[in-house]
Amino acid sequence: MDFEHALVVGASSGIGEAIARRLAADGSRVALVARREEALERISEEINTAAGENRALYRVHDVTAADEVPDLFQEVARELGGLDLIVYAAGLMHAVAFNEFDPEKDLEMIAVNLGGAVAWLDPAAARFGRLGRGTIVGIGSVAGDRGRSGNPAYGTSKAALHTYLEALRNRVARNGVAIVTIKPGFVDTAMTRGQEGLFWLISPDRAAEIILRHARRGTVCAYVPARWRLVMAVIRSIPSVVFRRLKI
Amino acid sequence: MVLAADRLEWVEGWGMAVGAAGYVYRPVDTSGVSDAIASARNDGVPVAVRGAGCSYGDAALAPEGVVLDLTRMNRILAWDPGTGVVDVEPGVSVEQLWRHCLADGWWPPVVTGTMAPTVGGCLAMNVHGKNNWPRGTMGDHCLELDLITADGSVRTIDRSAGGELFRAVIGGFGQLGIIVRARIRMKKVESGLVEGEAVAAPDLGGLLERLDEAKGRWEYAVGWVDAFPGGSKLGRGLLHFARHLEADEDPDPAASLNPASQDLPATLFGVVPKSIMWRLMKPFTNHLGMRAVNLAKYVQGSTIGNGSVYRQSLAAFSFLLDYVPDWKKTYLPGGLIQHQSFVPTAKAETVFAEQLEICRRRGVPSYLGVVKRHRPDDFLLTHAVDGFSLALDFPVVPGGRADLWAAVREMAEPVVAAGGRFYAAKDAALPGELYRASFAGGELERFAAIRDGVDPDWVFRSALVQRLLEV
Repeated sequence: MDFEHALVVGASSGIGEAIARRLAADGSRVALVARREEALERISEEINTAAGENRALYRVHDVTAADEVPDLFQEVARELGGLDLIVYAAGLMHAVAFNEFDPEKDLEMIAVNLGGAVAWLDPAAARFGRLGRGTIVGIGSVAGDRGRSGNPAYGTSKAALHTYLEALRNRVARNGVAIVTIKPGFVDTAMTRGQEGLFWLISPDRAAEIILRHARRGTVCAYVPARWRLVMAVIRSIPSVVFRRLKI
Repeated sequence: MVLAADRLEWVEGWGMAVGAAGYVYRPVDTSGVSDAIASARNDGVPVAVRGAGCSYGDAALAPEGVVLDLTRMNRILAWDPGTGVVDVEPGVSVEQLWRHCLADGWWPPVVTGTMAPTVGGCLAMNVHGKNNWPRGTMGDHCLELDLITADGSVRTIDRSAGGELFRAVIGGFGQLGIIVRARIRMKKVESGLVEGEAVAAPDLGGLLERLDEAKGRWEYAVGWVDAFPGGSKLGRGLLHFARHLEADEDPDPAASLNPASQDLPATLFGVVPKSIMWRLMKPFTNHLGMRAVNLAKYVQGSTIGNGSVYRQSLAAFSFLLDYVPDWKKTYLPGGLIQHQSFVPTAKAETVFAEQLEICRRRGVPSYLGVVKRHRPDDFLLTHAVDGFSLALDFPVVPGGRADLWAAVREMAEPVVAAGGRFYAAKDAALPGELYRASFAGGELERFAAIRDGVDPDWVFRSALVQRLLEV
């Protein structure tokens, strides 16, 4: 067990839930943060029952409420008895039609995917940088690697998250802090359910397994699964004038 | 939230194997201590008291709580060279103590293997030295102390009038309050030199037997154990005995009592700076290398060194752990832990042999083993018994922590069965239930009753206290 105390933001479903469950199964004390209390309570109970001890605690929080974060962050660290790892897994992807330009939807995605990350990871980076240790994992997306026409704000939020994580790394990696950017492909979660054209779909648990492996290694940037790295290298190399004519 | 983020620091035990983030306060006087306690109470977090941080494990850690670092309260308040009584603040180190008093012919009655620990830490952890049999612990020489309790009030506790409260504060891991002044009676010495004798013992039985024989004859007695071999060589080692020189034996007592004459050399063989020594030692700090080092040490000590008589300065004899600065860094990246158990005389050989076999069987060899002879004392949570202790250093290797912790648990079980105790100052890995099981006489309940009287909220709870005493 490398992470004695961990905090997962966006832990009520999908990749965040799977990461929280895996961490606890490996012996970590885990704090689960998300909006849906019912799901948090159920997951925490299941974790604690499986472990035979209280390894999970939870806090209800909407990541767009940035002003709550400083106190909540300190409170969670205190209740856990420390903090070695924070995973920002909260994410929102609205269904957006090709001709739809809805600032409300778009700004909400940016608020959750980027604003929430900044609210949580800024104090985490400050704390870890001060202590000279700690690991930050941000769940980005392959969608952030290119400005796809399908969902501009979602891709933008993930691209900005990647840049933000890189900038954090450039600030605090020299102090011994690992900042891990994760770019998943298609993962079988509520976010992707019902979408067409999905391939290489992996389960949240499989994604969590890979992500935690990279977290333990302190990988700078990892595609999940790894074959997406090659795919995205090709996609990134497509000239813009060509890319805008493609249906990807 | 009251605790400011800029107080947050990563704080480690001396062995570097355990650590925790804590809000560190470094008061310079008693009002600063009271303020820190008030901040912790206001925020509802526990307080751990910290001196020089020489406890190997989690004794001076407070995960997400307040760490009260007292090293800046390091003034010698009063010194009477006529009586040898000294009043000190808690952050005064053993080094400060002997340097201040030696020229007047006084030496601390009990010193640790390094001169770094503070007096406050020594009292809180009830530390002993190589003369535990004749002199007891540092606490046995404390005449009086001032204690700031959780409510911020200061109590002066006299040894004779303090009753059980005094006996609970000494060795109480700082649970009852902060010692802000201690009065210690020093030991008269006529010379700054000791005469020592080194003797080899071919096995554990011989080692303990020689150590037992020494208890009425020598001021200091300590045994080194080669923890690697098994069979008939199990527990073989070397013994070092020493006594203070009398004035007429020392050709120049004034010179040897000069603190400057006690300075440890800064170089090895006059050439190699000691500051780089740990880097030279690091390649050998592994199972194979340490097996060879232990073997070489035993061969040397059992042949040309056997029976040798030597004279050394008090500092050179006493503070072996200070010979190589930062030697603990050879154990990085994982650091080291120590397990020191105390076992009554009749069962010591059996239990220690079992412990050494457990290490061998589990593949977790101890790189350094030390045995000493002990006498009981009357402190409530004391580790001391009429018997022997075996202290074993272990490297914490990457991926091996769980196995090592399991080995410590297994080694602790026969100690409890034998009526033994454990030394909390060295501990990092002992399960709480085994620690508590070592107190069969209701001591923990009596201590808890005293604690409830002075601090019903149990504010002073280090990580060690939480691990060993919280049920």
